[in-house]
Amino acid sequence: MVDIQKINQNGITIVVVIGEVDASSSIDLDSAMNETIASGALKIIVDCENLDYISSAGLGVFMSYIEEIKANNAKMIITGLNEKVFNVFKILGLDQLLETADTRDQAIELLK
Amino acid sequence: MSHKVITKLSAFFAVIAWLFMAFTDLTVIFSYSNNLAPEISQQVPVIAFNVFLLLLFIYFKIKIERAENVNFIDLLWRVFVTGLVTTIVSLFFRMINVMIGESALAQYIIYQEFVYVVNLGLLSIVLVSCFSVFRKLILYQKSKALITFWRLFQSLLLVGLVYNVLPFTFLNQFSQYYLIVLGLMGLFLSVNIKWVAYLNFKQKWKGILLVALALFYLIYFVWVVTIHSGNFEGVPFVDFQENIFLIALIIFVFIYIIFSLLVLLFNLPTSSVFEQKLEEVGNFQKLSQSIQTEQSEERVYDILLESSVSTVFADAAWLEINQSDNITYYTYQIEEKEVLAIKDALLSNKAKGVSDQGQDKTRNLDLILKKVKGSRFRSLIVAPIVVKNEQIGVLGLLKEVTDGFNKEMKKIVSTFSNQAGISIENFRLLSEALENERYKEELKIAKRVQSSLLPKDIKIQGDYEMVAYSRSAAEVGGDYYDTLAINEHSSALIIGDVSGKGTSAAFHMSQMKGIFQSLSQLGLEPNVFLDKANNALAKCLDKSSFITATYFIIDSKKNTLRFSRAGHCPTLYFDSKKGISSYFSTKGMGLGMLRNNNYINFVEVNEVNYHPDDILILYTDGITEAQNRKGDEYGYDRLKEIVDFNAKKSPEEIKNALIEDFFAFTGTEFINDDYTVVILKFK
Repeated sequence: MVDIQKINQNGITIVVVIGEVDASSSIDLDSAMNETIASGALKIIVDCENLDYISSAGLGVFMSYIEEIKANNAKMIITGLNEKVFNVFKILGLDQLLETADTRDQAIELLK
Repeated sequence: MSHKVITKLSAFFAVIAWLFMAFTDLTVIFSYSNNLAPEISQQVPVIAFNVFLLLLFIYFKIKIERAENVNFIDLLWRVFVTGLVTTIVSLFFRMINVMIGESALAQYIIYQEFVYVVNLGLLSIVLVSCFSVFRKLILYQKSKALITFWRLFQSLLLVGLVYNVLPFTFLNQFSQYYLIVLGLMGLFLSVNIKWVAYLNFKQKWKGILLVALALFYLIYFVWVVTIHSGNFEGVPFVDFQENIFLIALIIFVFIYIIFSLLVLLFNLPTSSVFEQKLEEVGNFQKLSQSIQTEQSEERVYDILLESSVSTVFADAAWLEINQSDNITYYTYQIEEKEVLAIKDALLSNKAKGVSDQGQDKTRNLDLILKKVKGSRFRSLIVAPIVVKNEQIGVLGLLKEVTDGFNKEMKKIVSTFSNQAGISIENFRLLSEALENERYKEELKIAKRVQSSLLPKDIKIQGDYEMVAYSRSAAEVGGDYYDTLAINEHSSALIIGDVSGKGTSAAFHMSQMKGIFQSLSQLGLEPNVFLDKANNALAKCLDKSSFITATYFIIDSKKNTLRFSRAGHCPTLYFDSKKGISSYFSTKGMGLGMLRNNNYINFVEVNEVNYHPDDILILYTDGITEAQNRKGDEYGYDRLKEIVDFNAKKSPEEIKNALIEDFFAFTGTEFINDDYTVVILKFK
């Protein structure tokens, strides 16, 4: 089960992902991401501080928006990945495609 | 002895008994009238008569009881035929009497006695046949108590046979009381006339006729026998009045005939109601059976319409079914135009019930119908059809008379529409189940096809020995491994894992197989292979899917292992010289993650010189990420430990040890992910 919240803060859209993202709940994550990007948000933070688990299908969601974000000249930073998830990011090579930060504040700083 | 033989024998001996009775009786009379001392006891003909009655009893009992599946009218018909034949025989003797002149023959007491004995025999036949048939009628829908009571009655009757020949004279004083007891029992039994209710109007008329005729036979024979016995004042003849069995039988048969006749008569006016109820039950059954036999929902609707119309005698009816906002009308004696007009009137008068989701009761809407201009109908009831708590349609029934539907009819229509709802629900469930079954079959085929995609036995190339183990969480999975000999001294090896699980993963996995089998033949550098694979997959993988893989080229001439990792779990390698294994930490990226020419920059080529007894362990994340009940993952360390511990063993033994440890850790063999291990040991 996943709970997704969206916060707008000084022109930055923060997508907060809470819980677990597996094959079935990745659909919720996908629709939240799609909505955010379609709304024309240029500065996006995906806060994964409370994300306990993410399956390969869930990672695929982040991956699928890389091109679109680049085309929009937007920027997305994923923050708060726990060690396990970050390790998976690294193994997949996603860390080379997606910008990550330790905390939300760091990400906000990077987006300024 | 078969029943046929018994009936034939009993009939034969009954005739013999009667002849014997007639002969002995006439002998006694003859001796008496000639003032001779009779050579035969007066009791002999009486006993012979009793034997005759007993044999008759057995004959009819078997004959009527053996008649299976005979309806009530057929049973009464048998009584009628028996009575007709006996009456004709009796009338024949009366005719002779009339022709020769009664006064002349009356002198011959012997002849008179003979006619009497004949009629007595005929009366007995009529009575016993009636008794056997009535037994069947009374015991229709029998209870245990009724059967017991009947047996008691029958036993007492048979005792009545011998009552008057018993050598105890004092018994004669009680014979009247005995008769009264039997008469009361007969009266009590005669209340069982349930069979009448199951006759339809026509059958009841037939029943009345047949029972009336039986009454006629009875009265006729009793009358004939009585007037004859008046002729033998002071003569020791076989007096039927002394035979308790016969008298009790006459009383019982008479009572039952009268009762049946009255009940039949009084049931005539109500028989149509009973028939209607039976038809309702039939219609109801038809409706519920339609689910098993009918091929479509349409047929259920048709049956619902037909059944409702015929049960409540509606002049017209319509059934509207709302399926995905598409309203279909089934009509009877009414045009869709008229239905719409009525519906409009109902809606404009705010009458809920038609096409209204909230309404769940059958409603009488006569008042509103009056407001529909030019309508020939005066009565209307509507009932909703509900499937899975959702109204899918409305049944409307119309009559041209006012107040055409009573409470009873409303109830029936409501029951019908409920049953139709259940039938349709069942029908849909059945269709779904069939569909699911079909999908299961398809999946089985997919599983078979997919398992053929993984190499059955991995070729042992001489330089190394290799085993593999792979399982899917669903019927089909997304894990993949394969080998191919590029040339005499080098071969390609791949392990892959498609993101996601199940059918979509399986499709991508088969694409990967195609890519591997065609591209690896070219002997490309591992990173070039992955780049080309990425290009190929970029065009067919959906946006959020990717494949991780590690591609190896084993060169047995140079003893080298060259590989590139495309985001797949780091390879575990056991170095026999160091006696310890370690994970390769190399750069790489999953296939399909970056869909442009830049991809090749994210994968590197690595090379290792291998030595005998070195071990290459390939696996998918289904192994390392599998969790035990506490939520701990199997993990990299545990995998490394088990390999180090078993490194001296053969690949097969290592694999077995690994799987055993894996299941011991997870506590189950049902892992919710696809998982694969490939173990390769160099020689």
